[in-house]
Amino acid sequence: MPKGFRDVYFVSGGITRFKKAQPDKDFRYMVKEAFDYAMADVPNLTVDRIDGSVASYFSDHFTRQLMAGIMVQDYLGLCPKPGRRIESGGATGGMCFQSAWEAVASGRMDVCVAFGFETMSRVNTWKGNEFIALASDTNFDYPVGGFYTGYYAMMVRRHMHEFGTTVEQMARVSVKNHGNALHNPYSQYPMKLTVEDVRRSEMVSDPLTRLDVCVMSDGAACCVLASEEMAAKLTDRPVKVTGVGTGTDTMRLADRPHGDVILLPHERPEDYKGLKYPGVHSFRGGRMAAKTAYEMAGVTNPLEEVDFVELHDAFTSSEIQTYEDLGLCRYGEGGPFVEAGHADIGGKVPVNPSGGLLACGHPVGATGLMQAVFALWQLQGTIGKHFGNDRLQIPRARRGLIHSHAGTGTYITVSVLERGF
Amino acid sequence: MTDMTEKPAGAGGAGEVKEAKKIRLPETEEGTVVFNIDPLIVKDHYEIDYIHSYAQDSPFFIGLASGKLLGSKCPECGYAYATPRGHCMVCGAKTEWVELPKEGRIHTWTTCYFGSEAFLKETPFTLILVEFDGFDTLFLARLVGVEPSQAQIGTRVKAQFLRNSKFKPTDVYFVPA
Repeated sequence: MPKGFRDVYFVSGGITRFKKAQPDKDFRYMVKEAFDYAMADVPNLTVDRIDGSVASYFSDHFTRQLMAGIMVQDYLGLCPKPGRRIESGGATGGMCFQSAWEAVASGRMDVCVAFGFETMSRVNTWKGNEFIALASDTNFDYPVGGFYTGYYAMMVRRHMHEFGTTVEQMARVSVKNHGNALHNPYSQYPMKLTVEDVRRSEMVSDPLTRLDVCVMSDGAACCVLASEEMAAKLTDRPVKVTGVGTGTDTMRLADRPHGDVILLPHERPEDYKGLKYPGVHSFRGGRMAAKTAYEMAGVTNPLEEVDFVELHDAFTSSEIQTYEDLGLCRYGEGGPFVEAGHADIGGKVPVNPSGGLLACGHPVGATGLMQAVFALWQLQGTIGKHFGNDRLQIPRARRGLIHSHAGTGTYITVSVLERGF
Repeated sequence: MTDMTEKPAGAGGAGEVKEAKKIRLPETEEGTVVFNIDPLIVKDHYEIDYIHSYAQDSPFFIGLASGKLLGSKCPECGYAYATPRGHCMVCGAKTEWVELPKEGRIHTWTTCYFGSEAFLKETPFTLILVEFDGFDTLFLARLVGVEPSQAQIGTRVKAQFLRNSKFKPTDVYFVPA
């Protein structure tokens, strides 16, 4: 722990099943459902023991309700306890988790609830894409044809050019994640796919097809973080948050520098001779977040020391790019990494055993917290209890990593979680 | 007008006998578009015009109207921006305006077959990031005159300008050089 911070434990979580639309419940009710699930999992936790909350949702355009965070706080019966809202694009959920960590680590709270949601079905898919594209520079980028799939397509086109990454390797991510989700009852689109299916599906932004891209969703998720003393009272399966890192990059892709790689302990400068970094092919913010979190958690070789990863796969391409940022392989080796099965369940480090955003859905403000809850259950060994089957349980999982990512890599969080029992 | 000034029934002076007048809002002919009953899902319209200032970026947009593509350069550290910014991200100094070369190369590209609602009717369109000799950063634009999905990294492209400027970044677009 950094000097002056307390240890923080993750004791419980809840998720609503993400759906294309959930018109029978508004955002307050969805969070309430996730919150009640989390509370029921730690019966010793009563509302009066909660010190406060952090709210996570991305877009005021989707809600068309300012201060929706306080409406949830109010609905959950948490007033007049402290609360606040965090916003950082697609990384909002991961940032909310870290904000709740800060509340407990600083000693300000003993129990802090992180809750998040998004209700994206309130507009049609293409209007939704417009809202999301407003998270790009509205002077220079958005008016040229603002479309996030287009931005990521340009990034991976350059990755393909630099490193020889193939569309089939990207498709392999889609096959893996949709396939894992077949055993996850919370997932929105579990599917048994082939690489050919992914390539044959409709082209969205060359080279990304519909099955390379996640979908819009309605959903909510909730995490409960606690001090060591409170965690001991609440659960016999606490999970410790041992590393927290955040990174950023320029809003405009055009402004990304072409400099040197930020190295992890197991890498050397000669690994990357002649590589201009990050350019538009890599996420410097992801590397920064990983480096910081690893230093805090004492991770020196992530591939050997992390048992599974839940990362932000809004696009198959960004999962491959993220393997590299996280140091699971070297820059440029992400394509062969997934192709060799290293990211499969049973591989060197299972990535997105839950099915990830591609298959579970991506209700933005809930997404990073959803990943946290899946990671909690993996480390507690309770996947079977929560999923009704243990096909996705990583045996003897002791250390997991969660990764949350905003628009073209502008905000990225990495948190390391470890079994605390 | 709503008859809000009418005294409510029984509000008259003592002993005054007056027929009670019903207070009602006037009904209108406007309706609500209903998509579904239980849960009740209705159409909720929203639109707004912003008063948007390009502020320190203004010279770029003014330049487009006279066929000039402006970037910026840091007088302190020399970092050169193909997409202008008022202050240098490397050293923090205020930048100066410089004209970009008319020709550059495709750094990366995509063809969008779908898009945001605002641009859906323009699909398919090709987006490129352009690199210029002597500049450290890139510029986002549309590529015209190349079949969808047929662009290539490294191809030389040149800037062309709309005659009737709309004061949008799309006043400039690129074609094969």
